[in-house]
This record gives sequence, structure tokens and C-alpha cells, in this order.
Amino acid sequence: MYTFGDPTQWLPFVFAGLMGLSILIYVVLDGFDLGVGVLFPFADDEEKDAMIASIGPFWDANETWLVLAVGLLLVAFPSAHGEILTALYAPVAIMLIGLILRGVAFEFRVKAPAAYKRLWNNAFFIGSLMTSLSQGFMLGLYVMGLDWTLGHVAFACLTAVFLTVGYSFIGATWVIHKNSDALQLKAVDWAKGGIWGLILGVGAVSLATPYVSPRIFEKWFDFPQVLWLAPLPVVSGLLIVWLWTMLRRMPFANDHWNWLPFVAATLLWTTAYGGMAYSFYPYVVPEKITIYEAASAPESLFIILIGSLFVLPAIVGYTLLSYWIFRGKAHELRYD
Amino acid sequence: MLDTLLLSRIQFAANISFHILFPTITIALGWVLLFFRVRYNSTGDARWMEAYGFWVKVFALSFAMGVVSGITMSFQFGTNWPGFMEIVGNIAGPLLAYEIMTAFFLEAVFLGIMLFGFSRVPRWLHTSATFLVAFGTTMSTFWIIVLNSWMHTPQGFEMIDGVAHATDWWAIIFNPSMPYRFFHMMLASFLTVSFLIAGVSAFRWLIGGRTSGVRVAMRTAIFTAALLIPVQILVGDMHGLNTKEYQPAKVAAMEGVWETERGVPLLLFALPDEEARENNFEIGIPGLASFILTHEWDGEVKGLNEFVAEDGTPLHPRVAPVFWSFRVMVGTGMLMLLASWAAVFLMLRKRSDGMGRRGVEGLPKPFLFGLVAMTFSGWLATLAGWYTTEIGRQPWLVQGVMTTKEAVADVPPTMVLSSLIAYLAVYVILLGAYISVIFYLARRASRGQSIEPRLPQSEDAQVRVVPAE
Ligand code: HDD
Ligand code: HEM
Ligand code: HEM
Repeated sequence: MYTFGDPTQWLPFVFAGLMGLSILIYVVLDGFDLGVGVLFPFADDEEKDAMIASIGPFWDANETWLVLAVGLLLVAFPSAHGEILTALYAPVAIMLIGLILRGVAFEFRVKAPAAYKRLWNNAFFIGSLMTSLSQGFMLGLYVMGLDWTLGHVAFACLTAVFLTVGYSFIGATWVIHKNSDALQLKAVDWAKGGIWGLILGVGAVSLATPYVSPRIFEKWFDFPQVLWLAPLPVVSGLLIVWLWTMLRRMPFANDHWNWLPFVAATLLWTTAYGGMAYSFYPYVVPEKITIYEAASAPESLFIILIGSLFVLPAIVGYTLLSYWIFRGKAHELRYD
Repeated sequence: MLDTLLLSRIQFAANISFHILFPTITIALGWVLLFFRVRYNSTGDARWMEAYGFWVKVFALSFAMGVVSGITMSFQFGTNWPGFMEIVGNIAGPLLAYEIMTAFFLEAVFLGIMLFGFSRVPRWLHTSATFLVAFGTTMSTFWIIVLNSWMHTPQGFEMIDGVAHATDWWAIIFNPSMPYRFFHMMLASFLTVSFLIAGVSAFRWLIGGRTSGVRVAMRTAIFTAALLIPVQILVGDMHGLNTKEYQPAKVAAMEGVWETERGVPLLLFALPDEEARENNFEIGIPGLASFILTHEWDGEVKGLNEFVAEDGTPLHPRVAPVFWSFRVMVGTGMLMLLASWAAVFLMLRKRSDGMGRRGVEGLPKPFLFGLVAMTFSGWLATLAGWYTTEIGRQPWLVQGVMTTKEAVADVPPTMVLSSLIAYLAVYVILLGAYISVIFYLARRASRGQSIEPRLPQSEDAQVRVVPAE
């Protein structure tokens, strides 16, 4: 039984890792398609169709990472799951309604009578906005320890706006990659505007976290560690500079390398996220419940782990297949 | 008056009822699409592709509705029922995880290829994608039904400090009611889809869209329904016997039997009165309920009065909703039997000139109207069936292990009320939009065949139709 060390120690760690990974994949992947929705009002009707075509084949699978993330939270850390989601009851409900509206709008906007297309376009935008804002709000409240005090709510409202702008930024880099000509140029402008949301958001969370918790403060500013961690902010800074110079020089000749901003944005998300994960470890409910306290029984986690060893590589494989099939510019994608 | 438990239950019932409508369609429609696709591959006959082209749109729409309402479901556990995962999470967790890993990703990824990949990928890959989507929806049904059945007939676990721990996964997955529930649900889905296709095809036929694609779709639907409805009735009967063994209180409520008796009549109508603990206005067929449940005319059926605590609190579910929803389901099933067999009979009649069978032409106009009226009869039966099952389990959430009350979240009732109202409003609008868009698509397809060639381009602007919603 203990060949690989004590399972009550490493299983929660592995599952926290898996959950963290699926949240990261979610915020990058659904981040870009939610962002496309948030940018909707800035596009004209034809551009809207092109933008939808660029995310049409992907959005459903992207959203499934959210189901996996909340699923892992629910199966691996049942007590934390209840604690977090009941504390976030209202924003979760708003997010779910947002997800419903935008998810069905994909279909209705092309299938309902033409006179209703405007309406469903609006539903798509509003749904994306509700989802992004409520996710940002939840992030802020989580960082603040899930207490509904006035100050925390105010902070959460700020992160709501920042995350939304951040999503629209990564959405814009996706549009740059998937579209061409006038729409691509427009997207470059959107990205230039959106990058500020990202900088402010990452900054606000990085500053607030150590301030809220002395434990996190120590973790970041104690001596030997600080050397270790220094690369994180430095890398983020470099990425931002790189993104900025790229965006100023876009579009590139022959549209080569149009995917670079998206990749850079993904890296930026990842470093910011890594920093956050480092801060919170080993807590799953900030400062209250650690992953070790919240974990389900090892025999149940084991059953899931064995399955995921086989299934996750397959999922990654066919996800890549699908991105490969639908590579290149989106405008030929048609379906109604 | 405002009670978190009651409101959470209403909200859960509303959410799951809304969710189940769409999987019920996608589970079987996926296989039907695969059938159309494979027939096209092997015959090269364009009418199969026409049928595929129309129904894949309905599939895409239903799938989107299923996905978004499903996401709501997975959050519900945490927001409203945290006790559920805390007590039985060790068992429910892995089952849900397997559903996500083996089904949801498969469906979601290959759906993209199925919907957008038609001209981008080779034919075999598009056919395989269609297969994998159908397979994925069936896997999801399997896992969720395993969990739900386990909640009705739990086994393979032990309780340690008030928390369930799995001891035998085989026993958990193949729990006693799982096979019945799974096949009954799969059949329900195929019947729902058959009547949906028959209803919409009849509608298209009536408004003049008499294409060969409509013809093959109609034939496929009618024959599937006629073939499967007797199987469904048989499986339903076996399901009832299984329930009688494991949840006798539920069966007593379904049959409206108060006292344990022999030779119990099958009640066609009755108004169960919970206060007086008796039925009013009973109309029944003598001995038939005993015969169905025990296969003997004077077999014994346990009555509801066996399930009352010493102090008089009932330990059985509320009787009227279980009694009535069961009758709605069975009644709809009987109607389906009648309709599909009559249709087969009408379609197989010889033509008056002796040249072959009448086919869809053989269906008289009033009959076609009847099929249109039955378009969503599958939904009715499915919902009624689930209400029988789930309300019949109360007050238990997991039979004999935990009650619904133990699971509910400590959230202010006003909060639950607000989210409930918001969900209901969204659901009503979406349901209206969904149904009208399906009929709009049917009208557009019929128009496309007959008048579009003369009116290229702006078909939407030319013909004002009843708007969606
Ligand atoms: C098209 C749908 C449909 C049709 C025509 C029928 N059913 Fe059904 N029934 C369902 C759809 C359904 C369902 C929604 O799928 C349920 C709910 C849970 C389940 O597994 O299946 C169900 C549950 C259910 C149960 C309750 C199981 C329990 O106690 O948990 C019984 C006893 C039957 N059915 C029996 C029948 C009989 C005797 C039918 C004969 C006409 C019948 N059903 C037709
Ligand atoms: C297979 C997955 C399912 C699971 C895991 C599940 C789980 C639950 C849970 C946790 C409850 C408790 C909340 C409550 O009492 O209201 C419940 C009740 C209920 N469920 Fe299900 N359910 C499933 C399928 C369904 C379906 C498909 C339907 C109907 C379409 C349904 C209808 C109901 C209803 C009406 C109640 C309320 C019963 C009452 O409160 O009197 N369920 N179920
Ligand atoms: C409490 C119970 C339930 C939960 C938590 C749940 C959760 C979900 C989720 C999250 C999805 C979306 C998957 C995606 O992202 O692609 C989904 C879809 C699906 N669900 Fe459920 N579900 C429940 C009940 C049921 C029941 C009772 C059935 C059928 C018997 C069912 C069958 C399906 C199927 C076939 C799909 C995929 C097809 C579609 O989206 O239309 N589910 N469910």
C-alpha cells in the first residue's frame, strides 16, 4: 500500500495540481472565447460572424475545462467545495446564467429568424460579460478569504473589471491570429487597450495577496525564497514589454507569426497564475482549510487517478487534433 | 414560509427538469444521425444527407442547451447541496469524474468536428466524429444513471464516522436498479427522438415540404418508435418489479395502495387523500395491479400504512404526485404504442393501383396533425417518469443513507428565491425560443425546397414568419 509513500500526503497534492492545471487551461481557453464575446459590441455585423467562426468549433470543449475544474474540486476536496461555492452563491448564479445565455446564443443567432439575430448577438455579449465579471469577482473575493465585507467586495469589483479586460485582451490576440485584414487591425487596437487591464489585474492581485495574509507575505519576502521567486515578476515584466512591442509593430509582413501575441499572453497568464498558486498552497480555502484536510478518502482518489492517467492524455490528444483541423484563418468556416 | 430546503428542492427540480429535456434528445439523435450518415456513405443517396443536414441543426441546438444547463447542474451540488458530497462524495465523486473524463470531453471536442468539419476532414473522420459524439452522450448517460441508481439502491460501501466509503466498485456501478434505469432511459430517449422527428416531419409534410429527405426521416422515426415502444413497456414493467423489491413505499404510492392487500386493482383514476389516508373516486380494474406486480391475480402488495412511524409521521413519499406522474408516463406510453402501430399499419397498406406500399402518403391528414401534436410527447413521459422516481424516493436523498434535509446548504432563503426566479425566467424564454426555432427551421427547410430556387438570397426578409420566442 505504501510503496509510493503515504497516499494521504501525495494524493491531495496531485489532485490540487490537476485542479490547478484545469483552472489554468480554462482561463486561457475559455478566457479567449469569453473575451471575444466581450469585444462583440466593438465589431460590425460581418466582423461578428467572423469572430464567432473563430471560436465556434472550440468553445464547448473550452468550457468543459470548467466542468472538470469544479468536478475535481468537488470530488477531491468535498468539504472545501461546499464552503467555497456557498460563499460564492450569488456570483456563481450570475455566472451560470451568463454561461447559459452565451452558450445558446451561438446557436440561436444563426438559426432563429434573421430579425432576431441582433437580439441573440446582444445575449451573446451580455452573457460573456456576466460570466467574465462574475469570475473576476469570485477571484477577488477568494483572494480576500471569501468574506463579504465592504472592502473585500470593493476589491472584488475591481478584479471583476480587470479580469474582464484581461479576457478581452487574450480574446483580441486570438482574433489577431484567426482573422485578417481590417478585423485583424481592429483586434490589434483592442489588444493594445486590453493589455492595461491585465497589468492592473495582475498587479492588484499580487499586491493585495501578501497584504491580506501575513503568511503569504512571509512566503514571498523571506530571504532565500525571494531569490528563487524573483524570476516570476521579472518574466512577467519582460513578457509585457515583448507583447507591447509586438502589438505596436503588427500586422507583420505576410501575416507571419500572427500567433505570437496569443502565445505570449498565455505565458503571461501562466506566470501570474503560478505566482498565485504558490501563494495559496497548501490552502484550498484561503487561510482556513488545507488541501490535506479537505481531501476525500485515498481509495476514491486513487480510482480517479488511475482513470485520469489513461484518459487525460487522450483528451489532450484529441483536443490538439481539433485545433489542428481548424487551424488557420477562420473565415471559411461556415455553418448555420 | 420561505424555507431554504423547499426552495432549493424546487430549484433543483427546475434545473434538472430543464437539463434532462435536451440530453433526452441528444442521446438518441446522435445515433440517428450516425445512421443517416452511414446510410449515405453506403448508398450515396442524397436524401439521407438531406435528412442529416436538417437534423444535425436540431442536434447542435439541443446540444448547446444540454451543455449550458449541465454546467448549472454541476455547480448545484456545491451551491445548494454541500452535504451530499460531504457524506457520499467518496462514491459520487469518482462516478462524476469518470463522466467528465470519458464522456464530456469526447462529446465536446468531436462535436466541433462533426458540425464544422464536414468539408475539412476526410469522410471517415467525419463519420467517426459523429460516432464518437453519439458514443459520448451514451457514456454520459451511463455514468450519471449509475450515480442516480446508486442513490436509489445503494450498495458496495460502508459508513465510517458518518461518511460513506467505497468497498466494492463493481457493486456500486452495477447496483440492482442500474440496468433497468439505464435501458429505460435509453429507450425513453429513442422514443422521444422518434416522436420529435415524426412530429416535425409531419409538420413539414403538411405545409408542403414533401421531399424524399422528409420521407426517409419519417419512416425511420415511425419504425423505430413502433419497434421500441413494446420493449419500453416490458422494461418499464421489469423496472417496477425491481422497485417493488427495493423501494416498496414508492410502489405503494405509484399504485395508490393504502392497506397491504391481495388482489389489488389497477387504479385508472383516483384522488389520493393524504389526510384521511384513503382514495376518493377510485376507478380500477380488479386484480390487475397485483397481477402486474406479482404476476398472480391475488398477489400481495404492501400498502402505504406499513410505512408510518410509531408517532404517526409518514415514512413514505407524498402520494398524489407520485401516483399521478406515474399515470401520465404510462398513459403517454400507451398513446405512443397506439400512434406508432397505427402509423405502421397505414404506411404498409397497398396502394390502390397495386404499385407498392403507400408509405407516408398513406397517412391521412388528421393523423398527421395528431403526430404534430405528439412532437414533444417524449418529454412529457420522460419528465413524468423522473418525477415518479425522484419524488418517490423522498424523504431520502440516498435511500436509507441520508435524507434530503441533511444535504441542504445554509444559504439565506431570499438568495435561493432570487436565483430560482432568475433561472425560471431564463428557462421559460429559452424553451419558447427552442421550440419555435425548431418549427421555424422546419418551415425554412420546406420553403427552401419549393420556392427558394426562384427567390435566391433574401429568403429571411421575404417571408415574414411567426417570430421565435
Ligand atoms: C418516453 C419515455 C417513457 C415511457 C413511454 C415510459 N417510461 Fe417509464 N420512465 C421513463 C420514461 C418512460 C424515465 C424518464 O426514463 C424513467 C425515470 C427514471 C428512469 O430510469 O426512467 C421512468 C421510470 C419508470 C419507473 C420508475 C422506476 C423507479 O421506481 O425508480 C417505472 C416503474 C416505469 N418507468 C415503468 C414504465 C411503464 C410500465 C411504462 C409503460 C408504458 C413506461 N414506464 C413508459
Ligand atoms: C441522474 C442524475 C440525478 C441525480 C444525481 C439527482 C439527484 C437529486 C438530488 C440531489 C435531489 C435532491 C433535491 C431534492 O430533493 O429536490 C433530487 C430530487 C429531485 N430530482 Fe433528481 N437527480 C437526478 C435525475 C433527475 C431527473 C432526470 C429528474 C427529472 C427530470 C429529476 C427530478 C427530481 C425531482 C422532481 C426532485 C425533487 C423531489 C422532491 O423534492 O420532492 N432528477 N434529485
Ligand atoms: C445531477 C445530475 C447531473 C449533472 C451534474 C449533469 C451535468 C452535466 C454537464 C456538466 C453537462 C455538459 C457537458 C459538456 O460540457 O459537454 C451535461 C451534459 C449531458 N448530460 Fe447531464 N447532468 C446531470 C443529469 C443528467 C441526466 C439525468 C442525464 C440523462 C439521463 C444526463 C445526460 C447528459 C448527456 C447525455 C449530456 C451530453 C449531451 C448534451 O449536452 O445534450 N445528465 N450534464
